[in-house]
Amino acid sequence: MRPDSKPEGIRQSMSWLHTWTGIVLGWLLYAVFFTGTLSYFLDEVNLWMKPELHASVPGADAAQTAAVALAGMQKLAPNAGTWTLELPNERQTTVSASWRDRNAAAGRAGTKRAELDAATGAKIEARETRGGSFLYRFHFELHAMDRVTGRWIVGIATMFMFVAIISGVITHKKIFAEFFTFRPRKGQRSWLDAHNATAVLALPFHIMITFSGLLLLMGTLMPWGAESAYGGDRQAYNMERRGMVPGGQQGQQGQQDQGGGAGREGREGGGREGRGGRSRDGAGAPPVDLAAAIVPMMAQARAEWPDHAVGRITVNRPNKPGTTVELRAHGSDSLTTRGASARLVFDAATGKIKERPPLPTPSAASAFGNVFTSAHMGRFAGPTVRWLLFLSGVVGTAMVATGLVLWVVKRAPERRKLGRTPFGHRLVEVTNIGVVTGLALATGAYFWLNRLLPVAMAERAAWEINGFFLAWLAALVHAAVRPPRAAWKEQCIAVAALFVLLPVLNPLTGGHGLSTSIPLGQAGIVGFDFAMLAIAALFGWIARHLIRKDRPAAQAAQPAQPVLKEVTP
Amino acid sequence: MNKKTPLPATYRWLVASRSVAAIFGGYLLAAAWAASMSLWLQKTGMARVDAVSTATMSSFVVHLCAAIWVFAVASTRRAWLGIALPAALLAALAWLARAVAGGAA
Repeated sequence: MRPDSKPEGIRQSMSWLHTWTGIVLGWLLYAVFFTGTLSYFLDEVNLWMKPELHASVPGADAAQTAAVALAGMQKLAPNAGTWTLELPNERQTTVSASWRDRNAAAGRAGTKRAELDAATGAKIEARETRGGSFLYRFHFELHAMDRVTGRWIVGIATMFMFVAIISGVITHKKIFAEFFTFRPRKGQRSWLDAHNATAVLALPFHIMITFSGLLLLMGTLMPWGAESAYGGDRQAYNMERRGMVPGGQQGQQGQQDQGGGAGREGREGGGREGRGGRSRDGAGAPPVDLAAAIVPMMAQARAEWPDHAVGRITVNRPNKPGTTVELRAHGSDSLTTRGASARLVFDAATGKIKERPPLPTPSAASAFGNVFTSAHMGRFAGPTVRWLLFLSGVVGTAMVATGLVLWVVKRAPERRKLGRTPFGHRLVEVTNIGVVTGLALATGAYFWLNRLLPVAMAERAAWEINGFFLAWLAALVHAAVRPPRAAWKEQCIAVAALFVLLPVLNPLTGGHGLSTSIPLGQAGIVGFDFAMLAIAALFGWIARHLIRKDRPAAQAAQPAQPVLKEVTP
Repeated sequence: MNKKTPLPATYRWLVASRSVAAIFGGYLLAAAWAASMSLWLQKTGMARVDAVSTATMSSFVVHLCAAIWVFAVASTRRAWLGIALPAALLAALAWLARAVAGGAA
């Protein structure tokens, strides 16, 4: 787009498109990237924010843990229709139990939850917090608005991101040469290089994460295919896509005519009445002692799945005739199945394997979608892959941030020529600081409040979140009243201080500090602390860089420099 | 973009026009693609659920290409035509698929 409407090359027009799609939704995208990156450690954040759970240390024998947990459930919910137990793993210290009472309301409303101590099976009362779920939900639904509205806003930003990435690739035809080009301490040039390097370094990640983000939101953003092919019955489409039969609660038959057999097995055993519970062949027999019966079942599962631990135990009809126990392997061998893992269904009375439900074989279309969305969420990623995804997220966050700063830096000559700062430029500059470092400050404050607010406080979880937004607002105000360079520096120092002290705060406020969590092998808690130290190091490094750059400038005290310095963080 | 002279009003209007074409026109085109391909892929023997998924997933790429097209072509009229014609064609195809299905049933 040229003002004089003369013809221009595709690279120029793409550069124009890239700049404007980037700046219009850049701040929102930064927030989405930042909170989304933290969400790769969602379980770890949840665990850290409930320090009461740190004390649960599972023994080495998983069968023993399962037996203890089942005995705990016997005390907690003897009359429930189903029990579901998530056994401890590298990201979780406790046994997460959920159960459904008979005649419970359908769906999530009818499900009760508790965390059990892995060593004793006793219920642990943890503090009230939204934990990492707040950051995770914020990442695609924002906050304090209708869920659908939030998803639309994030979805539109994601579409802009998609356009910005692809137009960015077209703009930079010498993309790989640019990746190896970094010209430090050259002002605008360096910012451009940094933006290019972070963009190219993780380009496959950026394309994957953006496109899969759209796929995850596609039910909201693009319902028209389902609308046309299902005659408006979107729910039927969603059910079929998840491999469930529409209206499947009552009958197994229904509309099985469509769609082949792919992915038809119920994916989520937890919370839903399993298929095993219908048989009554154990009628009249006394209830099974599940704590004793589980041990040989766990041994059989270990023999069946040498590469996978048991991840989940589902008991149908506990304490009633015809009890069945379903064991599900932890982790999946394939991303194409959206993490479906092997299952074994036992008859509790005899301890014999009753069913070996086959793994679903997804169609090409659903396999394609599953690979992208599973990768987006880091589902079933091991620690190494999870850290790689986290680091890619950090690089992506940095790409958005450097792009935002570049917009301001690029306009510095224009400012100098004008002799004043146009309002629009100043607005972008202040918002950049308030969002880039301000959001990190808000997140740090959120973690601190989690430990500092009294445990018994009313509306505790809500006040943690209010604190997050108040801290963010304070950062914006601070950015508006301070000179930009000082604002960048001060906020970076504050962020680094907040995050570097979190591993210190943790043991002081009831959690397991590194000196405890490392020897106990509590990888989830260790991982959180290290992620916080990594963030502190990053912001500390930026702060140090800013301070160093200031010193020679102050000594030389050149009158021409400060103008540029003001806008170059 | 770094011109010191104020940008002419016509230029601003052209940018606004193309933005509307890219964002809303592109969305309409993608929606027509999703609706139409969902129906036509079924006719190739693909399962209904897979036809809808394939059409919907690819529709985001259609929107992307539409946005790039709108800002890449020299004239704003061509940009609009490049959105409107395929969108109308796809809508007609969707209608046709419905009509054929209705006749068969």
